[in-house]
Amino acid sequence: MDVIIESLPQYWDGFLRTLFLAVVSGIIALVVGTLLAAARVSPVAALRGFSMAYVEVVRNTPLTIAFFFAAVVLPRLGVTFQQFEVAAIIALSAYTAAFIAEAVRSGVNSVPLGQAEAARSIGMTFGQVLSLIILPQALRTVVPPLINILIALVKNSSVAGAFFVLELFGYGKQLANDHGDAVMWVLVGVAFFYLLITVPLGYVAHQVERKVAIAR
Amino acid sequence: MTSVLYDVPGPKARRISLIGSIVGVVVIGGLLALAIVTLAQQGIFQAQRWAIFGQADVWSLLFSGMSATLSAAAIAAVIAFPLGLLLCLMRISDIAWIRVPTRIVLEFLRGMPVVLMMLFVLLVFATSSFVAVVAGLVLYNSAIFAEIIRAGIQSLPKGQREAGLAIGLTSFQSRLSVELPQAIRRMLPSLVAQLVVLLKDTSLGYIVAYGELLRAVQVMADFLGPQFLFPVFFVAAAIYIAINLAVSRLAIWIERRGSKKAAGGVAKAPTAGVSTVVK
Repeated sequence: MDVIIESLPQYWDGFLRTLFLAVVSGIIALVVGTLLAAARVSPVAALRGFSMAYVEVVRNTPLTIAFFFAAVVLPRLGVTFQQFEVAAIIALSAYTAAFIAEAVRSGVNSVPLGQAEAARSIGMTFGQVLSLIILPQALRTVVPPLINILIALVKNSSVAGAFFVLELFGYGKQLANDHGDAVMWVLVGVAFFYLLITVPLGYVAHQVERKVAIAR
Repeated sequence: MTSVLYDVPGPKARRISLIGSIVGVVVIGGLLALAIVTLAQQGIFQAQRWAIFGQADVWSLLFSGMSATLSAAAIAAVIAFPLGLLLCLMRISDIAWIRVPTRIVLEFLRGMPVVLMMLFVLLVFATSSFVAVVAGLVLYNSAIFAEIIRAGIQSLPKGQREAGLAIGLTSFQSRLSVELPQAIRRMLPSLVAQLVVLLKDTSLGYIVAYGELLRAVQVMADFLGPQFLFPVFFVAAAIYIAINLAVSRLAIWIERRGSKKAAGGVAKAPTAGVSTVVK
């Protein structure tokens, strides 16, 4: 138990880095994912095809492979990063964007047909229909699944710990090595900090879900 | 639905769309070509780098990695499913002192990274890395399976349980022989989708030094030399993605088949279950 209190500075540093990774990749993934979803329903066939292929391949790629590619294979090919955080953010946001695209697309499908028809009948273009009418409604209904994706992102950021980034899991590994006699407590501490992010987020998702369910 | 978003394209729109498509293809193709040229400058496409795939050893290592991946996934799935069923029954039990602790345990399991559980089992119980991988996968996925099945039971019409109780079944009997079979059938697509997640998560075994596919890549690159890292990685990644795509397709096929059979009978995974398909 003392180990946790003793190593609180490391835990805190790791916690902040985990949050940083999750927030930055989360924002990038939200933007890219929404764009991919828009491409998926666009009239341009090449965009549709690209978005579909991207989502299909990335969703079926293990995250560890993406990390291995970004942190081990890319440097060998001459793409080096000053900090491994950059590699981690690239891998995490590229991976998460595919899931966000799927969620947003299912939201677009849930908007009643009449909305798009009405918008078109008053002369809106595809871009206007999507950005003014469909997406605002679609994003509202997909907030709970999006939060769930972000929870998964927080948990997934732990993989970065195995690829040279000192976030919560990375510190956990290191501390477990240093304190061979108190491994259990070290890891319980790590778990606690993860739960500190994921459980409140899950609660928010649940609340929002209820609200949306009532509104519909 | 898609076509509702825009008018049927006229000649002008079709021309613009065609031009857009061509530009898109050119841009993506250009990026790909750039990547390939960069790779070629690194000498990636020299025949001798790929010649290693003519050696039986390389393939046998890859296959042993693949079978390690598949066996961990299969064993974990076989243990996790019944455990998930049990957890689900406990989670919806009428008895509060069973229900509440189970709920806390499930929240706890769902909120933690799988790789942390693997590391925990590996270090605290000093097991082999295989046991650690399987245990980590079982702990996490049984919690997810429990939540999926619970969502399935909740999506059933209330009358199912009421009818079960009315003909004199006990609460447990009604769950077991009336509600569960229907719930599992409804949730089959989500359950299979979760199998893909489970399969993908075996790659986390790399982190706890389990000899799965990615670890085999690392071993070969260390053994044969760094210049072979890319070819071996490329093939291993292709194998991984191919297996996962096949299982995903299976999930989609089951979903279609299910929705055809019972018209409107297969419930869409409720939003609560989406977390399951995510990781």
